[in-house]
Amino acid sequence: MNTIVADTSESNQTQLDVESIRADFPLLDQKIHGHSLIYFDNAATTQKPNSVIQIEKDFYEKINANVHRGVHTLSDYATNAYENAREKVRDFINANSLREIVFLKGSTEAINLVASSFGQLRISKDDEIIISYLEHHANIIPWQLLCDRIGARLKVIPVFDNGELDLQAYESLINNRTKLIALTHVSNAIGTVNPVKEMINTAHCSGVPVLIDGSQAVPHEKIDVQELDCEFYVFSGHKLYGPTGIGILYAKESLLNEMPPYQGGGEMIRVVTFAQSTYNDLPYKFEAGTPNIAGAVGLGAAIDYITAIGFSRITRYEQQLLDYATKKLLSVEGLKIIGQAKNKAPVISFVLEDIHPHDIGTILDHHGIAVRAGHHCAMPLMERFGLSATVRVSFAFYNTFSEVDRLIEGLNEVRRMLG
Amino acid sequence: MSALRELYQQVIIDHGRHPRNHGIVENATHSHHGYNPLCGDKLNLTINIQDEIIQDVKFIGSGCAISIASASLMTEILRGKKIDHVHELFQQVHQLLTGHCENPEQLGKLSVLSGVAEFPARVKCATLSWHTLNAALAQSDSPVSTE
Repeated sequence: MNTIVADTSESNQTQLDVESIRADFPLLDQKIHGHSLIYFDNAATTQKPNSVIQIEKDFYEKINANVHRGVHTLSDYATNAYENAREKVRDFINANSLREIVFLKGSTEAINLVASSFGQLRISKDDEIIISYLEHHANIIPWQLLCDRIGARLKVIPVFDNGELDLQAYESLINNRTKLIALTHVSNAIGTVNPVKEMINTAHCSGVPVLIDGSQAVPHEKIDVQELDCEFYVFSGHKLYGPTGIGILYAKESLLNEMPPYQGGGEMIRVVTFAQSTYNDLPYKFEAGTPNIAGAVGLGAAIDYITAIGFSRITRYEQQLLDYATKKLLSVEGLKIIGQAKNKAPVISFVLEDIHPHDIGTILDHHGIAVRAGHHCAMPLMERFGLSATVRVSFAFYNTFSEVDRLIEGLNEVRRMLG
Repeated sequence: MSALRELYQQVIIDHGRHPRNHGIVENATHSHHGYNPLCGDKLNLTINIQDEIIQDVKFIGSGCAISIASASLMTEILRGKKIDHVHELFQQVHQLLTGHCENPEQLGKLSVLSGVAEFPARVKCATLSWHTLNAALAQSDSPVSTE
């Protein structure tokens, strides 16, 4: 029932062919508890298109070898495949140089790397790091650990009731002790899109570098790190239709050059003696040990897949889904949406009367609908809204309007059973 | 009855909405906090024990229907029980919730929780109150968790 899409006057060229897209995702075609699966937990992880699954299989069947090491043919193939993936990532976020793209396990590892390495370089006792109320635990805990270790302080940008950050308070938090701002681009819990460009400008006026956690932004909109001008941008491959265990740290080359290594091992060195070692060029200085080569290749395929569809279509379609679902959900009696920022990613958090989100999650699951119920790894934000948990639905471009209708039916069933 | 109806039986919905023994035992001899970080379920259990017999037991807490109903049903069944019997009861409830109980009827009203066994992700909701009880009786200092 893609009526909304069909009703628009866009030409076929700019429309998303959801049915053919769905055919690319084998996992979607299955029954859960006797119902066709509706996967609405995309903010946790996205499903993978055939091209990603196939390329990982091909890698292990045909070209698996370690990278940057052997003189044999396969090592060459593997190195090329790995470095081609790096170029795809560079182009995807419009980084200036391949030296600025570090392959890691995911956003969490990337933030920990910056906390450890940039922390060592620039942050000392009594310095301050600013984060926001909207952060995922992955962008809270690494900073807490750093602060505890060196005696620095964490400052938190407050959030308004509608889920938007208080930008005036943000400005007033910045002072000459502020050494870094670590900020999520999009809230994983309630979908708020932060005005990161403006916030980066504000920080730069005081000479403060900025890390952006882009985990929830990269799947939904075109990212240009040069235009944003942030010092660090991190994201995970698995939320971008790629494999788990692969993610990206983008950092400005000048900073990466100054920063000390995060982990030591093979690959990241140039000359090793027991007295002293010298480190490899960027980005390899930060890629100790054998990397997740197949994962990187898979991420490259995911980027190809998304690029072929194009963000102009993805963003428009997902925003239509968001608007439709928001309107439909608000028509459910007793349902309250948490976070109504003007600018939102296709993520909706809600509560329904006083029915516990876990009970809602279980009942929806029995109707084949996968949602997230809980605190979404954002306990301080939940606390801020006086909640211990919400139900979260998060959309991808393979979701449909009729799936939203089935969600509404499921929620009405929840109300009949427990309301 | 579908697995879902089996889980959300009327008795469970009723106890979830209107928990029995909700409050604090003023002259408690034993107490403990239970917390399930994944769900955010919280439970504060207070008990008065005299002569090895549970005289009074109450709880306050927040959580899903299953965890509240389980705590409510537990407090009902515990009153007047000898603490010697609690360990055995805990074992039986655990078997019930994990689908290993051959004779659920012996547990009386608690047998309404048998549907939980079909929902592995929800077993911890139902066991939170029982783990909290164990810790209270052991006079343990650290909060329990069913994670």
